[in-house]
Amino acid sequence: MSFFEVLQSIVPTAFFFAAPLILTALGGVISERSGIINIGLEGLMIMGAFVGIVFNLTFVEVFGPGLTPWVSLVVAAFASALFAGLHAVASITFRADQVVSGVAINFLALGIGLFSIKEWYGKGQTDMVSAPFYTRDIWLLSDIPIIGPLLFTKTYITSWLAVILAIIVWYVLFKTPFGLRLRSVGEHPMAADTMGIKVVRTRYIAVMLSGFFGGLGGAVFAQTIALDFSHSTISGQGFMALAAMIFGKWHPMGALGAALFFGFAQCLSVIGSSIPFLANVPQVYLLIAPYVLTILALAGFIGRADAPKALGKPYVKGTR
Amino acid sequence: MPNNTKYMNIIVALVSVFLGLLFGSIIMIINGYNPISGFGALLSGAFGDIYFIGETIRGITPLILSGLAVAFAFRTGLFNIGVEGQVIVGWLASVWVGIAFDLPMILHLPLAIVAAALAGACWGFIPGFLKARLHVHEVIVTIMLNYTALYIANSMIRNVLTDKRDRTERISESASLRNEWLEVYTGYSTIHLGIIIALMMAFIMWFILNRTAQGYELRSVGYNPHASNYAGMSVRRNIILSMVISGAFAGIAGAMEGLGTFQNMFVMSGFTNIGFDGIAVALLGGNTAIGVVLAASLFGALGVGGLNMPRAGIPTELVDIIIALIIFFVASSYIIRWAISQMKKEGK
Repeated sequence: MSFFEVLQSIVPTAFFFAAPLILTALGGVISERSGIINIGLEGLMIMGAFVGIVFNLTFVEVFGPGLTPWVSLVVAAFASALFAGLHAVASITFRADQVVSGVAINFLALGIGLFSIKEWYGKGQTDMVSAPFYTRDIWLLSDIPIIGPLLFTKTYITSWLAVILAIIVWYVLFKTPFGLRLRSVGEHPMAADTMGIKVVRTRYIAVMLSGFFGGLGGAVFAQTIALDFSHSTISGQGFMALAAMIFGKWHPMGALGAALFFGFAQCLSVIGSSIPFLANVPQVYLLIAPYVLTILALAGFIGRADAPKALGKPYVKGTR
Repeated sequence: MPNNTKYMNIIVALVSVFLGLLFGSIIMIINGYNPISGFGALLSGAFGDIYFIGETIRGITPLILSGLAVAFAFRTGLFNIGVEGQVIVGWLASVWVGIAFDLPMILHLPLAIVAAALAGACWGFIPGFLKARLHVHEVIVTIMLNYTALYIANSMIRNVLTDKRDRTERISESASLRNEWLEVYTGYSTIHLGIIIALMMAFIMWFILNRTAQGYELRSVGYNPHASNYAGMSVRRNIILSMVISGAFAGIAGAMEGLGTFQNMFVMSGFTNIGFDGIAVALLGGNTAIGVVLAASLFGALGVGGLNMPRAGIPTELVDIIIALIIFFVASSYIIRWAISQMKKEGK
């Protein structure tokens, strides 16, 4: 196996595992930049995966195999945004402990998903979807030498969607007035309020956007990797996305990079045995690699990450 | 008014439970079920006869311990999401000792439990140390350690404790928490003596926190680290100590599964959820020892009784929704407090 062949088997797979993490981590960035901790990313992904799969199974006859996964993606994102509204109500209006509310979101999503699946299908998991996303070559770009076969041949468009959205989120957060307002609400809500920024409304938008992105992440995962919905469809990807967000220092591009790194680590545990260099490494080392590396990275490389200053603190008008 | 806030905490917990059950009933009605028969099936599945009571007590046992673990960390201002991983390493250590040694019961059983506590404590030491020394957020580290524990335990079962098999041998009788008399008396339920250990640990947690100088320091650091530091307490040392003790409780919760319920350990495809349920237990129990025992009893009964709900045609998963809603309402206690204070004003 030549070096290029190894790369050709690793890069697309890593990219494929990274896409849901990128999307969900972006949701985390948006929410936490506005000052609301979102440990419920896992639950938002579960909701996205659940709605995406059920919609795909139900409406595949209506929209046909080409359009169905896309429509499911959009529906799942909006459903998850609505679901994130619960977290927004609890943590913004009801001043709940944001970590606890996020934990409740995780429990609730899984409960609702599994309960509904049992109700509707009479069993613990759905059928496989018949119209998932398929790999394809991207027109023109796949003809570029070296990069083409690595990045644009037999790839998922959803992976590229994730990268494009990361750039858009970066642009919106750092180059637009809305992004400035959102970040100022997360750093110093009282100052923002004094400047006439509507703190509560901005935070509601941010949390619901995080639901939108988490839902996208879950639906992408479900329609590219899992292909059905059960209790183990989303098992920790939301927490990985959370780690990617912190690893990436609450920056969209950082989150993108961290998610790609996690995708790479996950892909090693899946295809490691087929790579000569890694074939003799016991699988458990490859399995725990992403988690151990995250801990080491947090402890050593990035040092004290600068979280938004008002993160986790409910804003009560008129108090200091 | 300390008594008043304590009283308020109890009211908030009760209201949250009530609202959780209420929304659970609404979900049943929406799906065309009768909530009375639904909760009837749940109740008879939890307390219907002596066998079910035995099963319920068995279900409550690890929840008390994992709840204590989360609550202990909470009291010192730490959020230990890693109880799940600490339960797994505790389970593994207890089974390992249970299989590897041949000792009289008076030594073997305590040794297996201590091994579980130590394993959990080590697993809790890592995030405690990283938090205290390098300011790494304990939530992320404990989440990562959960997965690490799961994969390492699976690999140990396959490659070290057995020869490529999916479950370990049974532990020796001398390390078992099972008790023939209890089993016969409860119609051969899986009840075991662990409940006594769990209640003892609840007492120990209360004693450490409320009756020792160290406990006072731990609570003080949780309440205000800056003031505690100013008063000459070592915040770092207390953070590490708190995570170690919390991990020890969680490790013992694992021993309940290894030495009591299952008597072995098997390769797991996912988490046990004992640790995550511990978060719910601690929150509802207001992070006090007695509250944890009561909340664990409620969630344990819901969990075991919920297995009987399919008899009324209702999926067991409804219980998870109810538990999630209860946490949601406990988290949103501000609005409940506000509503109660409004009602009091109206009354006057």
